[in-house]
Amino acid sequence: MIILSCENLIKVANKIIESKQYLSDLDGLIADGDHGINMAKGFSMAKEQILACSPAPSFAESSEMIASTLFNDIGGSMGPIYGTIFFSLSEVLDRDQIEAVALYNAFKFANEELMDISEARKGDKTLMDTLACALESMSLAIADDKSDPEILAAFSEGAKQGWESTKEMVAKFGRASRLGERSIGVLDAGATSCYLIISTLVDSIVADLD
Amino acid sequence: MQRLINRPDEVVEDSVRGYVKANQHLLSSTDNPRVIKSNWSPTKGKVGIVTGGGSGHEPAFIGYVGKNLVDAVAIGEIFSSPSAKHFADAMRAANGGAGVACLYGNYAGDNMNVKMAVKMLKREGIEVKTVVANDDVASAPLDEKHKRRGVAGEILMWKVAGAAAAQGYDLDQVIAVAQKAIDNTLSVGIGLSSCTIPDVGHPNFNIDPGKMEIGIGHHGEPGVSVEDICSADVATRKMLDTILHDELFASGDEVVVLISGLGATPINELYIVYDSLCDMLDAHKITIEENFIGNLFTSLDMMGATLTMMKLDDELKQLVQAPCQSTGLSKF
Repeated sequence: MIILSCENLIKVANKIIESKQYLSDLDGLIADGDHGINMAKGFSMAKEQILACSPAPSFAESSEMIASTLFNDIGGSMGPIYGTIFFSLSEVLDRDQIEAVALYNAFKFANEELMDISEARKGDKTLMDTLACALESMSLAIADDKSDPEILAAFSEGAKQGWESTKEMVAKFGRASRLGERSIGVLDAGATSCYLIISTLVDSIVADLD
Repeated sequence: MQRLINRPDEVVEDSVRGYVKANQHLLSSTDNPRVIKSNWSPTKGKVGIVTGGGSGHEPAFIGYVGKNLVDAVAIGEIFSSPSAKHFADAMRAANGGAGVACLYGNYAGDNMNVKMAVKMLKREGIEVKTVVANDDVASAPLDEKHKRRGVAGEILMWKVAGAAAAQGYDLDQVIAVAQKAIDNTLSVGIGLSSCTIPDVGHPNFNIDPGKMEIGIGHHGEPGVSVEDICSADVATRKMLDTILHDELFASGDEVVVLISGLGATPINELYIVYDSLCDMLDAHKITIEENFIGNLFTSLDMMGATLTMMKLDDELKQLVQAPCQSTGLSKF
């Protein structure tokens, strides 16, 4: 049984905040270098909100706070994209004790909602690559009847592969897309933050597994 | 980085506050600190004109809020789209009951946030229609025009639509003429140096000394080619050729020319470009009816310039020449 709480998302927020410079530097290589700044700003604001709540909010409530901060205050591309992801999670993950398959279903739903607002698809050198590979890897582990820890590990490992695959891709979306072939050799910043979010979430869930 | 700022992450807040204080005769702040509105907005029965975009392009976007121009603007972080909420609040501030035209540039973030804002407003019974500017000729080939970015040509789109709304055009008519304006407009930029987002602290990309990038984007999106730096005459020729390649402009046309510095280029160099351009357009038998020259749509401290040309017909000419007042653009 997986136990979810606001702590998982506070750890995710901390990871994004401490990766501010790294994400902006990556983004600056092929786009405009603001990814880390905007992500760190959004997650700092959301974290403050979560911490200010008493009693501590649920995972779903915390996820919704992140979503509304991103929708209302951050903007850019990442506001609507991550806003949609976290809002989708908040809609589906309404219980704090779940099976790994419920986590899969929630991220699958988030991925579908994301495809509704963005035309980017797997292979376009965006965070979609991280998310899609993570879901594929997780779904294989579920089909193989693996244990919850193994399914979680597959989720994180798939995210890593998807993230790393963006390095050799040609950007098709966002500001990096105009570089064409010149975008090869650089990791996509959004794919990176998505990997950090998934891997940190998985690590924090695994740490709480009994 | 040598900048006159307080805190790097408060550049937008601090500068907008100062801008509002300095221009109370034209505009005011709203409940949302990321939205400012014209003193004439909302006007009952008039179509509201809204735009928005990332900061760092001043006077765009806030500088075009005024009389017979933009009614309300959504203000984003440096080089980052305003949020859906900011766009929605700008639309509310501009709504005089005749619908709202949201006229903005073609960027992934702006597209998503405007789309979400339009949905929010629909639920409130406010009709919003959009035109997406894609005048940057160097940002994608003609057969992929929908991928082109919006740049300084947006100013002419706002000018035309703002005048049309003031003259009583209804929402569909404003949208149609704004679309015509941008369809008749092409822009191209050249970059001679990079730019630095204050909160990042180092240049966004690199242009080697002695080089320039043709087709550079407004956020430092690298250009389509890197070349040795050349004279203003040759650079102007390269920009004009890039625009003429689309075959929108022909001998006998009347045009508006807009030349904007990107932030760090001295204004006098823009007139050197204009001087060259006049001779070249003369040779093409293209007549300049109106010109707008200055730092009109910048990219922080980037060195370089953009050239924008709009082909006129009688309607566009009348609307471009109609009076308006804002800090970025005025006609009397």
